[in-house]
Amino acid sequence: MRYIRPLSIEDAVGELAKAVGPAAILAGGSDLLVRMKGGFIEPELIVDIKRIGGLADITETADGFRIGAAVPCAVLGENKALRQAWPGVVEAANLIGSKQVQGRCTITGNLCNASPAADSVPALVAAGAKAVVAGPSGKRTIAVESVPTGPGRTSLAKGEIVEAILLDKRPEHAGDAYLRFIPRTEMDIAVVSAGVNLTLDDKGAIKTARVALGAAAPTVLLVEEAGQVLVGSKLDEATLERLAKICSGACRPIDDKRGTIEFRRKVAGVLARRVAAIAYKRAGGK
Amino acid sequence: MNFDPRFSGRKFASVGTRPIRPDGIDKVTGRARYGADFNMAGQLVGRILRSPHAHAVIKKIDTSKAEKLAGVKAVITAKDLPDLTDGDAAMYDILDNSMARKKALYDGHAVAAVAAIDARTAREALKLIEVDYEVLPHVTDVDEAAQHHAPLINDQVFTEGLEEKPAKPSNITKRTQFGHGDVHAGFAQADFIVERSFKTEQTHQGYIEPHACVASVNPDGTADLWVCTQGHFVYRQHCAQLLGLEASKLRVTSSEIGGGFGGKTHVWAEPVALALSRKAGRPVKLVMTRDEVFRASGPTSATSIDVKIGAKKDGTITAAEATLRYSCGPYAGSWAEIGAMTAFACYKLENVKTVGYEVLVNRPKTAAYRAPSAPMAAFAVESVVDELAKELGMDAVDFRIKNAAQEGTRSSYGPVYGPIGIGPTLEAVKNHPHMKAPLKANQGRGMACGFWFNFGGQTCTDLNIGMDGTVSLAVGTVDVGGSRASLSLVAAEELGIDYSQVKAVVADTSSLGYNDMTDGSRGTFSSSMATISAARNAIKILRERAAQTWDIPVEDVVWEKGHAIAKGEKYGNLSPLSLKDIAAASGKTGGPIAGHSELVADGAGVSFATHICDVEVDPETGSTRVIRYTVVQDAGKAVHPTYVEGQYQGGAAQGIGWALNEEYIYGKDGRLQNPGFLDYRIPVCSDLPMIDTQILEIPNPNHPYGVRGVGETSIVPPLAAIANAVSNAVGVRMTHIPMSPPRILAALEAEREG
Repeated sequence: MRYIRPLSIEDAVGELAKAVGPAAILAGGSDLLVRMKGGFIEPELIVDIKRIGGLADITETADGFRIGAAVPCAVLGENKALRQAWPGVVEAANLIGSKQVQGRCTITGNLCNASPAADSVPALVAAGAKAVVAGPSGKRTIAVESVPTGPGRTSLAKGEIVEAILLDKRPEHAGDAYLRFIPRTEMDIAVVSAGVNLTLDDKGAIKTARVALGAAAPTVLLVEEAGQVLVGSKLDEATLERLAKICSGACRPIDDKRGTIEFRRKVAGVLARRVAAIAYKRAGGK
Repeated sequence: MNFDPRFSGRKFASVGTRPIRPDGIDKVTGRARYGADFNMAGQLVGRILRSPHAHAVIKKIDTSKAEKLAGVKAVITAKDLPDLTDGDAAMYDILDNSMARKKALYDGHAVAAVAAIDARTAREALKLIEVDYEVLPHVTDVDEAAQHHAPLINDQVFTEGLEEKPAKPSNITKRTQFGHGDVHAGFAQADFIVERSFKTEQTHQGYIEPHACVASVNPDGTADLWVCTQGHFVYRQHCAQLLGLEASKLRVTSSEIGGGFGGKTHVWAEPVALALSRKAGRPVKLVMTRDEVFRASGPTSATSIDVKIGAKKDGTITAAEATLRYSCGPYAGSWAEIGAMTAFACYKLENVKTVGYEVLVNRPKTAAYRAPSAPMAAFAVESVVDELAKELGMDAVDFRIKNAAQEGTRSSYGPVYGPIGIGPTLEAVKNHPHMKAPLKANQGRGMACGFWFNFGGQTCTDLNIGMDGTVSLAVGTVDVGGSRASLSLVAAEELGIDYSQVKAVVADTSSLGYNDMTDGSRGTFSSSMATISAARNAIKILRERAAQTWDIPVEDVVWEKGHAIAKGEKYGNLSPLSLKDIAAASGKTGGPIAGHSELVADGAGVSFATHICDVEVDPETGSTRVIRYTVVQDAGKAVHPTYVEGQYQGGAAQGIGWALNEEYIYGKDGRLQNPGFLDYRIPVCSDLPMIDTQILEIPNPNHPYGVRGVGETSIVPPLAAIANAVSNAVGVRMTHIPMSPPRILAALEAEREG
């Protein structure tokens, strides 16, 4: 096994592109090291990206926020501007694992690990976040929901690295939120989860809405119909009922050790209702 | 030894205080040495190859490629652990469980092992071992395994305990029955009868420290084993027998223990480590991973239990009956038998009958888990008791008080009780402020009772008085919950000195006589008895030395508050001699001063507890939070009240996890789906409320200080107390443990749909 710690994204991409055996990217390592210790993977090359310039920084730009791929989730929680603009994304990132894990893990890692139960991903999808991908043929910016393609699989080509996540600048009357269901209170993995991101018009009616579900299908689901049903409403009971029904119906869950199909369907709807209410309140809705 | 173990009703100076434990600083600073913290020069890394199949014939194992890998020093299979058990069926099962001989009987069953220079080489070597399996049909569910058409796990098993030997083999190894009276006549007298069936899933003790040992077999036939265990003397016996060693030549040292709860009472990896070391000629360290601990150590039984109880309108129970089926893993056990004994132990019953069936399944061999088998039986019985109280229109506590066992009651499992604590714990609960606290919407309160036998057993201690007047206490019961502090208090009490002058250690198997392991809540009960006896023997010598110094008859010397005192007016001018004075002079008065004790600690007093629990259930998700919890339990005498409270809280915490989320989940392929703490959900700190405790002290007449065991009873009531609370919160009777959110939500949906 070879461990390298390049100082530029170009070097990292180059090393990954020419790797012969299995290669892995190391940021926080909260997925990678666990999988290596468990004997599930034995990479021949590990590329540590933490020393690459800019990857450990959160930058506020004219368009919004750029979150480097090596920024630990705990650091997101310490960034006041980000917390105010995107409380749902930050609360999702700060639910992952434990306090200790949050000091290491990253939202980019969470995205690229491609677990359907990843906590920060539904919040990022609801937020309309984008991923900046660096690769052998240059850089491209894609919607985060196009990165995972199935459990443990991504659309990234050989040699490609997600170097940052982009979040838009927030307009007035905007709010997002994330809720997950776990049988415990912490240190657990989502049985099902929901993220909602809303903007309101001046009268308090919902202007735009994005709804995403986690652990409800092989990848995190962006439920466009659920977003549409919210638009124009002030989150009255009938709308919430329809939202819950659409979200339950959109699920394509499995029966497994963490929950049954019936349970996931039902609770996806419950969480969507609850999380929409939180996002609405955060956006200033009454 | 003329040791009088009877309760004396003395006043205490040290016992009942709460000093800091002697092992505390090492544990909080990380300096304490657990199983994996021991190392030897030239030590190899041992790793075990495990069956991926739930049930399979091992047709052939080819280790040749692994043996050729550079860095591999030994590869072993069952051939390297020849059968020396000489017809001892229980030992044969331990041998077969340590290394499968003909068939792999569960996912995770050891089939081969390697010792190599490092972990990477050892892992690589495991991949090079080729095992040719013939996969057989398997069964993991206790009810399915009990069916006559189920896949047979062992075709030599013909159910014992039936009037006639059955014609065909089955997975039911034994039937046992307990009780007295005539239940048919009893049910005929009942005005109300409640009958229900229950299931509980298999759980693991969840100790934080995985099994770990270092084994070193020397060319001269001696061997050393450093190991994390609840009973190093028992490990010595078992390993010596399996390896063909003389017990005296195998020295076993117990490390600090990161939890056991019954799970470290059996050998698994230790005989393998010794066999690897014998073959390699070097020390071998073997540490199980968490995955291995879940798949291949000893979880508790999964159960299926039917209960029927009848009562008159006035609340008198007229008859009680239970049928209990407990999974044993693939080897015979007596788990249902214990469940059948404990099921109705809390009650005074004229007509009672319990029947237990031991069921083989393709899961790891069941081991003890804190009051083994009792929590499941209590869950089923206490659920029906609660429901019957409701049918009768009686308060759940009053109904239990009316039917509670008392001194002189013939227990449902046979013996007649002495003074016991079930009535007092119920009265304490009835008067506890927790019972009167208001509840909010979606909240419910439940209570339940529990019983455990407690054990005594073989015990040996040494008490040595140093020339500076401090005392070394060597005990042979592993300290799993603060017993070194408690036993030091007992030595200080008996000798009349300060706690700080006593230092207790757990001695290795070559330094002390045989001790049974720390199980059955016997650690403090039995070793305190032996410590009192040893201290009294030392006091006899101290009095002799004082008499010799004073040149007076020893009969005229008494021991009071740490001093020898010359009794009678004629000795008025003799100043008392302190323990320190006598110790300082010991070199000139006859040499070292010590007290020894070896005994069988009989008369472990039975133990009872009653728990109260409040829960809040989210009706939309089935999520349950325990919001308040109170444990009331009889300790006989709390030697160190802080550690007694710790035992009460620990049992309740484990019970909460078991009740709500913990379970072994097997796939259709017979493989364990959740061998890790992510998906085997023990409670985390924030899942639990502060668990309140109330210690009652109803003295055990068979112990000088009145001590009863306290470690296990606390896990008996929680499953039932929480199930009663959840049932009261949601209005649906919960009959399947764990009450995980999907199960609760499904029960609620079923109720809504009628």
